Parts: sequence; structure tokens; C-alpha cells
Amino acid sequence: MFAPSLIAAAVVNGLTTGAVYALIALGLTLVYGVLHIINFAHGAILGAAMFAAYFAYQAGVDPYVAALPLAVVFFGLGYAVQRLVVGPASHGEDRNFLLVTLGLSIIIENLLLAAFSSDTRTIDTPYGFSTLEFAGLFLSLPKLIAFVVSCLVGAALWALLAATDTGKAIRAVAKERMGAALVGIDAAHIFAVTFGLSAACLAVAACLLLPIYYVNPRVGETYVLVAFTVVVLGGMGSIPGAMLGGLLIGVVESLSGLFFGDSLGQLGVYLIFIIVLLVRPAGIFGATA
Amino acid sequence: MRTSRNSRRDLLKSGAGLALATFAWPTYLRAETASIKIGVLQPLTGALAFDGAQGKMGADAAFKEINDGGGIKALGGAKLEMVVGDARSTPDGGVQEVERMASEGVAAIVGGFASPICLAATQAASRYDIPYLVDVGVSDQIVSRGLTNTFRFAPGFGMVSKQAIANLIKLNDGAGKPAKTVVLVHEDGLFGSGLAKLMQTELPANGFEILDTIAHPTPARDMSNIALQIRAKNPDLVIPSSYYGEFVLLARTMQQQRIRPKGIYCVLNGAASNYRFVKEFPDAAQYVMDCNHWYDPRKAAAQKLKQAVESDGKFFTYNVALNYSGVLLLADALERAASVDRKAITAAIASSNFARHIMPYGPTQFVNGQNTGAAPVNTQVQDKDIKVIFPGDFADAKPVFPVPA
Repeated sequence: MFAPSLIAAAVVNGLTTGAVYALIALGLTLVYGVLHIINFAHGAILGAAMFAAYFAYQAGVDPYVAALPLAVVFFGLGYAVQRLVVGPASHGEDRNFLLVTLGLSIIIENLLLAAFSSDTRTIDTPYGFSTLEFAGLFLSLPKLIAFVVSCLVGAALWALLAATDTGKAIRAVAKERMGAALVGIDAAHIFAVTFGLSAACLAVAACLLLPIYYVNPRVGETYVLVAFTVVVLGGMGSIPGAMLGGLLIGVVESLSGLFFGDSLGQLGVYLIFIIVLLVRPAGIFGATA
Repeated sequence: MRTSRNSRRDLLKSGAGLALATFAWPTYLRAETASIKIGVLQPLTGALAFDGAQGKMGADAAFKEINDGGGIKALGGAKLEMVVGDARSTPDGGVQEVERMASEGVAAIVGGFASPICLAATQAASRYDIPYLVDVGVSDQIVSRGLTNTFRFAPGFGMVSKQAIANLIKLNDGAGKPAKTVVLVHEDGLFGSGLAKLMQTELPANGFEILDTIAHPTPARDMSNIALQIRAKNPDLVIPSSYYGEFVLLARTMQQQRIRPKGIYCVLNGAASNYRFVKEFPDAAQYVMDCNHWYDPRKAAAQKLKQAVESDGKFFTYNVALNYSGVLLLADALERAASVDRKAITAAIASSNFARHIMPYGPTQFVNGQNTGAAPVNTQVQDKDIKVIFPGDFADAKPVFPVPA
């Protein structure tokens, strides 16, 4: 049996890792909620954002400082990609959307590979090894920052959807595409805004991940499957669901890693996943059909 | 409707352009005189693309050196022509490229990098009697299937792990046996698990106590739990066998959590013998030891190649040295065979006593395809450099063990 301090450290670690999963899942669930489609390019965009953050750091800009400008840039890129490529190429057909985003992911990953080679790169920030000592635990500072910022972004996104006109329009399009168009909401614009917000979340996630992880052209794959699990677990399209799902998956992964070993730790994640789907097929916060 | 159709066509066009730009292939060099085609098979795309590029870099340097030096003299100064194959990091990809190389009439093939690719590619090459020189692939199956075309210049898994354990014992004895307890950390694939199993039988027989064996997947998103477990067990020695990314995460987390064992002793580790890791995390890398393939630091040709690679802004890894040496070995066989006949080249490799390579081995001596003179060395990161600490004949530094507190 493990000492309580070890278990406490694993829980804290799970929460901090889970918050980043949640942030990555936010973008995925948002696009799903509005366009009812899984964006296969999600991981590739995360990889691209991590490279952007990496080169920003090389140019002397700290990832945490770069987070906001990169979020704006990636919002623009996401908006443009949906408006100019994904939207027109899918002709309103869901299956086309799947294929176009899949193609996009292949193109982005291979462009990254061609441009930067598959070298695994890391950055060494001055605070990279900083810890806060709390009740005998060494809490990693970059991970705590990632946790706090992820929660803030989640809350901000939720507030945006709940309180602003754009948020209302997004919710309207998500609920009833035709009806929203009839009352004068530009659905194509809203789709693009949603895609842009999703990419902006990824840009922030990339800046939070870079000081604690590494970047190579395939890095997105590492996170996208777990983000998808979080989305389904929390309820497809639900923002609080993605936040809670992310934290839950993080803690479960960390604890099962501790008890069953890291190789079998993933079993715990999918066990919880299957149980939740059996009990609540729509996910924790999913609307029942 | 029209506009949308146009935009789709535009998209297809730009998509095709992008795809072409992404997958565009270097055109083969066309020599004016009759040249000898040599296949260079590497995982240039996919998960192993970094290593593939490194391997090709070594082969490139050797091709250039041989051709600049007047080609293969026994064949009238015929130049070597590289036929590049991208195994796409999969065995299937390797086999497809071997088939293509066979149809293009290569005289021999060098490379493969990963064991699964090497296993499949050597078998495919054997159907055409193409001599195949494995660069890295450590699986011992590669040279134990009775394929007469298959040669491995570097040591295999059995050889490396045996040597790693023997060297560890010597190292510990030499320092007055400071290490008694061990935690093994390994990736859960063929390579890490196989090594851990071997360690679990060998180390206790030699007086070490194994406190824990921790497996982890590749890629792993987080190594914090493993670091916590190491801290809880507080071993004298941590022995990790992982690929690059995971080891970097582990070393960083251990540094952050202030876990300082008396030594970190890696075996065939992806990062501990990698200058990128040393450059990016000098503090986490300091005094990490590895038992791995490595070049011979005392050889002038090795230093020259290292400088050339580094002045190019690249990192000098062992697979650069192995592929460089492999191509030179092949050229030597071509000189002695004085023929491009595949069987004659195979016989020439099998009987080779080649010493102009840059590895810390003696002249090559192949028994059933394995170079029996091959051996790994122990390296240690010391003050932002990777030094050879063992065996003494090749060492350019003394081991720092136990690590100063």
C-alpha cells in the first residue's frame, strides 16, 4: 500500500494533468456541440500551436506571454480554415467534414515534418523546474499554472457562451441551425467563430504544455485520443462536462497508474469511460436524447 | 453552386500542390559513368523520422567521401549511387522499398534502424540475394534466422545487455560498491520489457536488490507518478530503458522533485547519448550514464565527421556513425569482390576484416552475419559533453560515480 502523501501527490498531479486534457477537450466539444462533427485535425492543430509557441520562445517570448497573442492568431487561423477550406469543401455534408478535417490533419502534420523534421524539441524555461512546497509535496509550478489557466479559460468560454450575443448565436446554431438562420444569424460565420475558438483554446493549451512536455510533429496524437474520451465522458458538446471529464480522467489515470503501473494505468481510464457510458449513455452532462 | 464548385477545385489543386511539396522526393544522382547502386533504407517519415534522417546523414557522408576519393577502384573508379528508401517507420514500408530497390538493381542495402523494419526488410532482400547490412536493429532474431544475405555491424540486444550488466558490476565494484538497491524503469515494448526481464534475473545474482520494476507506455504523457514511486523507494541506482521523450520527461521530473539517486544508469537509452538532451537540459543530464552504441572518440575520422555534422547545426548521434561506418564497410567489400554480383559482395562482406570504421570495435569479423567484434560502450554526461567512461581502452574520461551530492 502506498503512503498517503504519495497518493495525495498522485491526485494533485492528476488534477493538473487533467486540467490540460480538459482545455484540449474544450475545443473539441465546442466544435462538436455546434457542428455535430468530430474535428479530426484537432491534434494536428495542437501540434502546430506547440511549434508556434516553441519558435516564439526561441525568439525570446515566454510561452505564458505568448499565450494570448497566439490565441488571437490561432482564432484567426481557425476562422479562416473553417470559412475558406473546411466549410466550402464539405458542402454541408457531415461526412465530408470528417474527411476534410482528416485530410487537413495529414497535411498539417506532414508540413510540420517537412519544415521542422521529426526532432523532439523541448524548452528549458527559468521556472521549468520550480516547485512550490506544500504539506511535504513538491508541486510543479508550470503544472499549477497550467491548472489555473485551464480552469480560467474554461470559465471564460462558459461565460462567453452564456452571456454574450455571440455565445447566444453559437448556442442557437447548435440547437437549431435552420431556425437560427431564419432569425438572421449567419450560420457560416458562427461555424467559423466556433472553429476559431477551438483553435484558440488549443493555442493556450500549447503554451501551457510546452514548459512541461516536448514538441514534435506527432505530439498532437498523444493528447487527442484522451481529449476525445473526455468529450464523450463529459457529454458531447458540454463545456462543464469537458472540464469535469478532463479532471476526472486526469485523476483516474494518475491513480490507476500508481496502483497498476503506468502501462495498465490507461485501463482505469477506459474502465471509467465504459461504466459512465453504460450508466449515462449521453455522458455526465450530456442531454438525454 | 458554381462558386462552390470552383472553390472545391481550387482546394484540390492547392491540396495536391501541398501534398507534392510535402512528399517531394529527392531525385537520384545521375552519374555519368557506370555507377553502383546502393540502397539506403531509413524510416524518413513517421514516428522514427528523426532517427531515419540521422542514419541517412551518416550514409550521405560516406557516399560523398568514397565518391570524392575516386569511387570503387577495383571497378574502374565506379561511383556509388544512393537509392533512398523511406520505410515510413513500418515493416511494410520497409518491404515495399526493398522490392523497389530490387527492381532498380541495387547491389546492396544498408540501414533499417528499428528491429521490426530490419527483420522484414532483410527477409525481403534475401529473396533477391541482396546483401543487407543492418545499421542499428538490436533484436537478436535479425541474425539468427539463417539468412545468408543479412549482416549486422553493431552489437545486438543480447550482447549489449550482457555487457551493460558486466560493466555496471565493474563500475560499482571500482567505486567501492556504493549501489546496492535498484529501481528499473522501462518502456513496455519488446525492447524495454526484454531488458527488464534480463536485469531481474542478472542483477540479484550479482548482489543488487531490485526494489521495484516500473513499466510505462510510449508515448507517455506524464512521468510524475514514476518519479514519485522512485522517491518512495529511494534506490541507490535507477536503471531506465526508454525512448527519447519519456526519458527526458523522467529526468526532468526527477530533477524537479529533487530525487537524486547515486547514479542513473541507462541501457540503450534514447536520450542519455543524445546531444540535444545534454544541450537542452544540462542540469538534468549531468552524470547520467548509458550503455549504448557510440563512436570511438580517439579516431580522427570520427572527430572529423562529428565536427562536420555539428557545423551543419545537426546533432551527432550513434546512428550517424553506424551508417557512415556501414557504407564504408560495404565499399571495402565492393573493392575486394571487384564485382557487383550480389553473391560475390555477400561473400566479401562475410570474409571482411574491415578496420577503417569509426566505432570502438576491432576489425570486423562476421559469424552467421553478426560482427563478433562489436561491443557497446558506457558513456556519461559530464559538463555538457558525452564522454566514454568504459571500457578503459576507449575511454576519454573517468566515471563520476557515485554522483556527488
